[in-house]
Amino acid sequence: MKKLYSNKLTIILFILPALLLFALILFAPIFVSGYYSLFDWNGFGKMNFIGIENYKELFTSNSIGFLKALGNALLLALLSVGVQLPLALGLALLLGKGRKGERAFLSIYFVPVLISTVVIGQLWLKIYNSSYGILNAFLRSIGLDNLTRIWLDRDTALGATFVPILWQYVGYHMLLMYAGIKSVPVQYREAAMIDGAKEGQINRYIILPCIKPILKISTIFAVTGSLKSFDLIYVLTNGGPLHATEVPSTLMISMLFLRNRYGMGSTIAFLLIILCFAFALIIGRMFKDKEED
Amino acid sequence: MVKLNDIFVNRNKKSGNLVKSKGKEVWVYILFGIWALINLFPIYWMFTFSLKSNGEIFGENVAGLPREWLWSNYKRAMAVGNIGRYFANSVFIAIVTIVIVMLVSLMATFALTRFIWKGRKQMNKFFMLGLTIPIHASIVPIYVILSKLSLLNTYSALIIPYSAFSLAMGILVCTGFMQDLPMELDEAACIDGCGAWGIFFRIIVPLMKPAVATVSIYTFLQCWNELMFSTIFISDSTHKTLPVGVQALSGQYMTEWGPIGAALVIATFPTLIFYAFFSKRIQESFITGAIKG
Repeated sequence: MKKLYSNKLTIILFILPALLLFALILFAPIFVSGYYSLFDWNGFGKMNFIGIENYKELFTSNSIGFLKALGNALLLALLSVGVQLPLALGLALLLGKGRKGERAFLSIYFVPVLISTVVIGQLWLKIYNSSYGILNAFLRSIGLDNLTRIWLDRDTALGATFVPILWQYVGYHMLLMYAGIKSVPVQYREAAMIDGAKEGQINRYIILPCIKPILKISTIFAVTGSLKSFDLIYVLTNGGPLHATEVPSTLMISMLFLRNRYGMGSTIAFLLIILCFAFALIIGRMFKDKEED
Repeated sequence: MVKLNDIFVNRNKKSGNLVKSKGKEVWVYILFGIWALINLFPIYWMFTFSLKSNGEIFGENVAGLPREWLWSNYKRAMAVGNIGRYFANSVFIAIVTIVIVMLVSLMATFALTRFIWKGRKQMNKFFMLGLTIPIHASIVPIYVILSKLSLLNTYSALIIPYSAFSLAMGILVCTGFMQDLPMELDEAACIDGCGAWGIFFRIIVPLMKPAVATVSIYTFLQCWNELMFSTIFISDSTHKTLPVGVQALSGQYMTEWGPIGAALVIATFPTLIFYAFFSKRIQESFITGAIKG
């Protein structure tokens, strides 16, 4: 038995397919992207080594507008942490109490997470449609005609694209938090109740500290997810009108496939990965410090 | 930390004790109801307008059930929008991806949990990193390689990256289940003359059905909804997946909301059917993926 399970050749044969897929598709590309980012390259011609020029251009050029795109993504991250997560937490706390039908509501709230972002994007395009959209129709029907507008024009497009993004993933964070709350032993809650703790106090002093690891995960996902956000913005506005809703991912795609600037596209991709890892580390650190207090 | 099995077992336990005043309860349920409405309304609206004429959608009957059920919208989406073809493509890609992910991750997990070798813990950690790597990193390098190998606009252009990005989740879930299988099984099989491959295919794999179900559903959802790779790697209409196809259809036939709605429904209903049957398993897979990642 031992001999059978320490045969080197068998081990290699079993692990090799996974290792190859992983190394070639997931890991190598990170380094290759980092390498490409040092070149001026249109994808097929000669690659000109230009050092960190791409990075310099990215942060200084107004015509690319990377800082604006990054700003949009960070604003989305802020809203995600400030609006989406509290909403999810509130719902999870209410659902986690053991009410009748909580599982049914939980399942309903998770539905938007499962639906393709293209479908959600197309639906919201139709909700926002200025002549026939249901949002304007609703406003007209309750006599607020003066509020009807072209929702995806320059002034309101950013807000209008953020709403479905935030809406779609409330259910996701809520599910994680609900799972955390459910894993808090009922005895803790009961003991606190016997000691006369109010509901708010139980939530604040018992539930929240117990689900801190989940809150950390949710915060990391909310922030890195916002930085990477692509699908819904691509479907709703593709970064327009006039770059009003541009985020790093849409900018990356237009660099690559509209302007054939592969070096610059790789630069954005590489920066995004670094930013995601950096934010994940920082958020992890922030939660840790609090735990030690 | 959260122990997964407990999450859904704890529910409704002692629920009577935890909920107090009746009056407040009503408000909580009203709140739940409103949020459920906000989550389901766009989907309800999609189903209804997929069966309506433009006349109804654009004014006569914006939000109600269709007066005349226009199944011809679905026929039109199939005929003009080629949605049937895209549906078949998506199904094919998802199935092949699931088979690859299952086989490769079961093999890797077998090597990681059964065999005794140095570095297997590190190897496991390495695979788990895959849960956090954003797909952005891979876009440029993989695109360049695919175009050099003339593999753009093929099924493999999507199947290979999809498999790689679902692998971490596959290994994570399989490890959980495989560790619970007693070693005595392997020993008995070994005494009966089974080799490593025999144990794997005859003993282990048949016992991994729950893991296979979880990973398959998760992988299916990832493939079915994915947009970034599929938009970039596929441009010809014979290989388009549903999300890309729906995107193209709504760009071409902007004013025909009925058929677009039909296409959206076609893209959504498999997910909803899966969810109706496996909601718990799907939710658990999302929780597992998040907490370990």
